[in-house]
Amino acid sequence: MKLSVTLAGKHFTFRDVKDVLAKANEEKSGDILAGVAARSDLERVAAKVVLSDLLVEDLRENPVVPYEDDEVTRINQDGLDETVYQSIRGWTMAQLREYILSYDSTEEDLKRLGRGLTAEVVAGVCKLMSNLDLIYAANKIRITATCNTTIGRRGCLSTRLQPNHSTDNVEGITASLFEGLSYGCGDALLGLNPVNDTVSSLAEVLKRFDEVKNRFEIPTQICVLGHITTQIEAVKRGAPCDMIFQSIAGSQKGNSAFGFSSDHVKEALALLKERGTAKGPDVMYFETGQGSELSSDAHYGADQVTMEARCYAFARPFHPFMVNTVVGFIGPEYLYDSRQVIRAGLEDHFMGKLSGVPMGCDCCYTNHMMADQNDIENLSLLLGSAGVNYILGVPTSDDVMLNYQTNAYHDVGTIREILGLRPIREFEQWLERMGIMENGRLTDRAGDPTLFTTRR
Amino acid sequence: MAEPERIAAIVAEVMAQLRRTGSVTLPQNAQPREEGDCDDITSPACRKISLLDHPQDPEALERMRGRTTARIGVGRAGPRLKTRTMLTLRADHAQARDAVFADVNSALPEKLGMFTVETRCGDKNTYLTRPDLGRRLSDKAVETLRQRCTPTPDVQIFASDGLSSTAIEANLEKILPALTDGLKAKGLTVGTPFFLRFGRVAAEDHVAEILGAKVVCVLIGERPGLATAESMSAYIVYNSYVGIPESKRTVVSNIHKDGISAVEAGAYLTEVICKILEQKASGVDLVK
Repeated sequence: MKLSVTLAGKHFTFRDVKDVLAKANEEKSGDILAGVAARSDLERVAAKVVLSDLLVEDLRENPVVPYEDDEVTRINQDGLDETVYQSIRGWTMAQLREYILSYDSTEEDLKRLGRGLTAEVVAGVCKLMSNLDLIYAANKIRITATCNTTIGRRGCLSTRLQPNHSTDNVEGITASLFEGLSYGCGDALLGLNPVNDTVSSLAEVLKRFDEVKNRFEIPTQICVLGHITTQIEAVKRGAPCDMIFQSIAGSQKGNSAFGFSSDHVKEALALLKERGTAKGPDVMYFETGQGSELSSDAHYGADQVTMEARCYAFARPFHPFMVNTVVGFIGPEYLYDSRQVIRAGLEDHFMGKLSGVPMGCDCCYTNHMMADQNDIENLSLLLGSAGVNYILGVPTSDDVMLNYQTNAYHDVGTIREILGLRPIREFEQWLERMGIMENGRLTDRAGDPTLFTTRR
Repeated sequence: MAEPERIAAIVAEVMAQLRRTGSVTLPQNAQPREEGDCDDITSPACRKISLLDHPQDPEALERMRGRTTARIGVGRAGPRLKTRTMLTLRADHAQARDAVFADVNSALPEKLGMFTVETRCGDKNTYLTRPDLGRRLSDKAVETLRQRCTPTPDVQIFASDGLSSTAIEANLEKILPALTDGLKAKGLTVGTPFFLRFGRVAAEDHVAEILGAKVVCVLIGERPGLATAESMSAYIVYNSYVGIPESKRTVVSNIHKDGISAVEAGAYLTEVICKILEQKASGVDLVK
């Protein structure tokens, strides 16, 4: 294993694989905060050169968090497709990158490949990709999943409708929900971030979502994104629920800072199989985001892209219906500006897909970042081109509960029209029945939430 | 009713209601427009107007809009936002950005008898990217505190810009006298107040160590949302030290004119601090 290089007459040596991975990252404020980033642009490129020459097995055998200490590493290593791995373990990372980009590698080839890659390998190849590489490679892959409907088919772009409310008022939530539906949003999910993480509050909103879904016969999914333990309790007490959600991290320590472990996910899956309202079989929803491990001091000296890849490795065996990075939520100490957020969004989407999870993106930003709505519109169009499964939709981009901005209800229709994409087929047919969409385009009636108050 | 008449009627009704309740102080430019002046699209009256052209059920729409602060019933231009909606969002974002990046007017702390010190950040960008440096006072600040502050008070109060200078400018002048007088009336010793630039919440732990205060309370600007850039929080901690768990802090948030008003918050904080001193505990250890 070569860990040093002379580049442009300067000599660079790296401590270990973890150090190479960290320094090969594109610049991120979070890596600087963690003290693991390259100290110069040339050192960054030197690390990429060293990385490109490492073998797949070098990365597999050097997970950034020790196997003995961490269930995420164990889940990843023990669940690997050894046949695939054996066939590629001797490849250099440069070869791996070129295989992914090659005209000769089909979508099926890449999906098979992904089953033999650990998170460190996925993160490693990501660091050797330009932004357009990430878009091109991700676009070769579609990961579908089925809950009530099937997400992720080629030609589809879906949305999670996020009708958040500052006090969880059910009528207010319903008002936002109707507005979103009237713009053709919600084919991935009707999903609320609750203010009150209590069983009764979750149950009340789930009941309303269920009523709306059934009354208007909407082919979609519902979920209220409380803590996993609260959702489990709500379902046990009879709340209707298609899917259970949890924020995840790339280490067991990070997950325990979120207050859960893989046992809770197993419990949720078993419970939904028995008592859930969805057909399934894919009934989990996970959110991720670069930097969350560092924020809970659970990053083990690794960079935030590698820790992010480990989230997808954790998610994979639980067959989620949806996984998305909440890319710009965490703030400028992790992703400083729009350049870093856009890069992170493309990285996360690519890594998720290569890991085999059905990947969406919450293209978002906070008000203390050097980014604005223009940047988020850019990112969502780039991800639309990259074949992202879904983006979010909130009224006009302003989330009144989470105090951040993401895509507006208006954005998905625009992107679908520009890129020739459609909602999930059954949902589109439903929109047509409601008179909201025609030939893949919004009708004159679209955008009127009172369509749902006066009908029937 | 024709469209312009309907809008005028809604505006008139809203304005009348606002005047009646007196809950909102109307800015000058929210008054009926003067010749040559564009509407202030951020005013409550302008925000009340739905831009959706032909709702199937206008009454239902008004009812729905009354039940959420989310911007619904906004209509569209093709698939996109209407111009006014887009510009209002940009105006709200601009206010939020200014709150983060502008400095608190130095006349304000001076007027309140506070001197100003800094954390180890040195500038706004470092502040935003290095939370660790924002949690520690600069060497010069440590020196200044030792020279100018009364040591070992029962309660040490200080203010910090945090993520919103606007919040400090909107609330500090109202909350500080209410809080200080309240505590003194309870017979407590209150330390010398000061203003900390580029501060994170946990800077209060460093302050506690430097001054040996029993309770420290920082009044700090919250990360602004689009709804308000004026929200301030108070974080109170008992017997603190650098590295104390976050769960040991008691927080009172949402201090602004549409949340807990600054004066009201001053009285409430006095009660909370007294309780913390009685129980010798804060945060999760405090029995409410």
